Amino acid sequence: MTRLLGKTAGGLFWMFRFLERSENTARLLDAGFRIALTRSDAAQDEWNSILTTTGTQDIYFRSHERADRKLVINFLLRDKTNPSSVLSTIEAARNNARAVRASLTREVWEATNMAWITIREALGKPVRERELPAVLNTIRKHSSLVRGTMHGTMMRNDIFDFARIGSFLERADNTARILDVKYYVLLPTASNLGSSLDNVQWETILSSVSAVRSYRWVHEGKISASGIAHFLILDTRMPRSLAFCYGKIDDNLGYLTRDYGICHESHRMVNSISRSLNMDSIDVVFENGLHEFLINFLVQNAALGTQIEKDFRFYE
Amino acid sequence: MFGHGEEVRPPYANYHDWVNAEDLRGLRKKSSEAENYFHSTGITFNVYGNEDAVERLIPFDIVPRILSSAEWSRLAQGIEQRVRAINAFIYDIYHRQEILRSGRIPVSLISRNKAFVPQMMGFDPPGGVYTHIVGIDIVRTGENEFMVLEDNARTPSGVSYMLENRETMMQLFPELFSRNQVRRVSDYPKNLRISLEACAPPACAGPPVVVILTPGIHNSAYFEHSFLADQMGVELVEGSDLKVVDGRIGMRTTRGLFPIDVLYRRVDDDFLDPLTFNPDSLLGTPGIMDVYRSGGITLANAPGTGIADDKSVYSCMPEIIEFYTGEKALLENVPTWRCSEADSLAYVLDHLDELVVKEVHGSGGYGMLVGPAASKKELKSFSAKLRKHPESYIAQPTLALSTVPALTRAGLAPRHVDLRPFVQVSPNGIDICPGGLTRVALKKNSLVVNSSQGGGTKDTWVLAR
Repeated sequence: MTRLLGKTAGGLFWMFRFLERSENTARLLDAGFRIALTRSDAAQDEWNSILTTTGTQDIYFRSHERADRKLVINFLLRDKTNPSSVLSTIEAARNNARAVRASLTREVWEATNMAWITIREALGKPVRERELPAVLNTIRKHSSLVRGTMHGTMMRNDIFDFARIGSFLERADNTARILDVKYYVLLPTASNLGSSLDNVQWETILSSVSAVRSYRWVHEGKISASGIAHFLILDTRMPRSLAFCYGKIDDNLGYLTRDYGICHESHRMVNSISRSLNMDSIDVVFENGLHEFLINFLVQNAALGTQIEKDFRFYE
Repeated sequence: MFGHGEEVRPPYANYHDWVNAEDLRGLRKKSSEAENYFHSTGITFNVYGNEDAVERLIPFDIVPRILSSAEWSRLAQGIEQRVRAINAFIYDIYHRQEILRSGRIPVSLISRNKAFVPQMMGFDPPGGVYTHIVGIDIVRTGENEFMVLEDNARTPSGVSYMLENRETMMQLFPELFSRNQVRRVSDYPKNLRISLEACAPPACAGPPVVVILTPGIHNSAYFEHSFLADQMGVELVEGSDLKVVDGRIGMRTTRGLFPIDVLYRRVDDDFLDPLTFNPDSLLGTPGIMDVYRSGGITLANAPGTGIADDKSVYSCMPEIIEFYTGEKALLENVPTWRCSEADSLAYVLDHLDELVVKEVHGSGGYGMLVGPAASKKELKSFSAKLRKHPESYIAQPTLALSTVPALTRAGLAPRHVDLRPFVQVSPNGIDICPGGLTRVALKKNSLVVNSSQGGGTKDTWVLAR
């Protein structure tokens, strides 16, 4: 049994939250950029909604007049005043990794360090449009490398558990935000009731969670509001759905409960949130209001993070 | 690599054949590969006040420094004797002070020594060990002449470079290791853990829990601290992670306070316990000295070991070794003038342009004067400093330091080196890791090997036979 410092557990948790966040920001950018290339009329709104999703619109508009494509791209990629920019988050992840270096395998540490070195260099100067696909590709590749070394080399113990809980808490937050920013698209209205959704809109939602292809598979090409909501909220096979993330958080907290021989408040919270995600049909969610459901989820997800910090003495 | 003539010295014979068959471009390519390797593993030291390059690499030279098995065993004997004497000396100073009573060394060396810790008087550290880890800096001045330049008995650093330099060399030149039988250094962390466990305090109940105490992520040696924690399989803590509870030191874990037994501390005495030492320090753990004195924890190295390694005590080492071991020192000291003594001061002032003058408490190559390389103006202003505070300085002759080949733009060229072997002391004995950190002055003709002054490092080979 390891004797893990609370501070180290916190460092691992945040290291993986930040890694997840940098990947999510890159993915949102990718989706936004794709829209901009194919549908310039929808692009302006899309940049605004990306800023909203990442929760950075306040910071952005403090120093910018409007959501101009080039400016938003660089703001999200490399602005140091933006704590959620890829550069800020990869740096924060690496700083945490440095602090918990002795809990990581050499492979995970080196992959993280290389990710930081490479991405920092790629983002050293403003990114031009034609370089963007290559830059996003670099970011994606390095995230995959860290994840790969993590799975291939780390012991499955409490160190691993805290890292995973951080990843999935962040991921669930991200998916819920994407859905919430776009929820009006998914609302059944007189005009789209029964008809198929606007192609561009649904594609953005799905591509911001890398799910265009898997959705097509599962739903055989039939795009509907309830189909997408079901897929991203309830489908336990979809690795970025809320239900999937909570399944994983439940597993990892479960291992901690078993190893430490004590069931904390946070584990009970997970059970209750998981129950709200365990439904056969998404209809109830729509009946009670999708927006309300998502807001409620985001609040509970954040509260869970705080409770985990407390239960496992991250800052004591 | 070469003797007095052109002949290749035996330990280098094999390497010499190999390197002669390599071309310069290939070697330079390997050298830049080494740099990439260090970058990716994050082997850096922190530099303050430089926004863009807060983490720097210490230059690494890909030509190994090679010692024969016979050279090493002679060296190791001398080091062992010296480390034994250092521990006996510290014990004596904090007990009956026989050496002072006998008049063999001046009382003022201790009474005016800032590193003396009165709280250690009469206290027996667990296992009787004061200096669990020692680094002895050695220079070579001739075929059979090794001299000690400095003893590091507080918290010697650099061992991570010894280990990573070897790791890097094995990645770059695996074939060299099948051609040469080089003794392993990689057991150092494992052995250190075992030797620290052997010094568990009286209050230790189960298997001893060892942890490393670092000043934090911004410390210049943080990489080494985290590296060692990783290699030893122990936790890395900061002062704020520790708390005194029921006469023990607990670390704050995910499951509450967990008692620790041995603290390998990489912080200075001054930052250990604000209640005992520096009341302004935010780094320490209040009350840890009381716990130590009552047998609740082992501190490695023990507080107050600094009395054995300042530069004026160093000058007495031959007497100290003879006093405690009854033998002549196997390793010579570099002749040293203590400027606090009037005769010595007069000599030093007269011969300033031939000497190296160092601060008694200085380190890192700062604040020193290299006479032969200094301008008239520098010499003049330094003599003024000397006259004002003679007690703060010692002087040594500039030595004919040995050189070892290093890779330069123009090919292999001789550069001056020193060597810091690492020594572990436990109740079971003294263990010297076969190898050490070779520091090299990469500037032509330079004698200063400190990384802060343009020095680099090399892998150090001790041949098995």
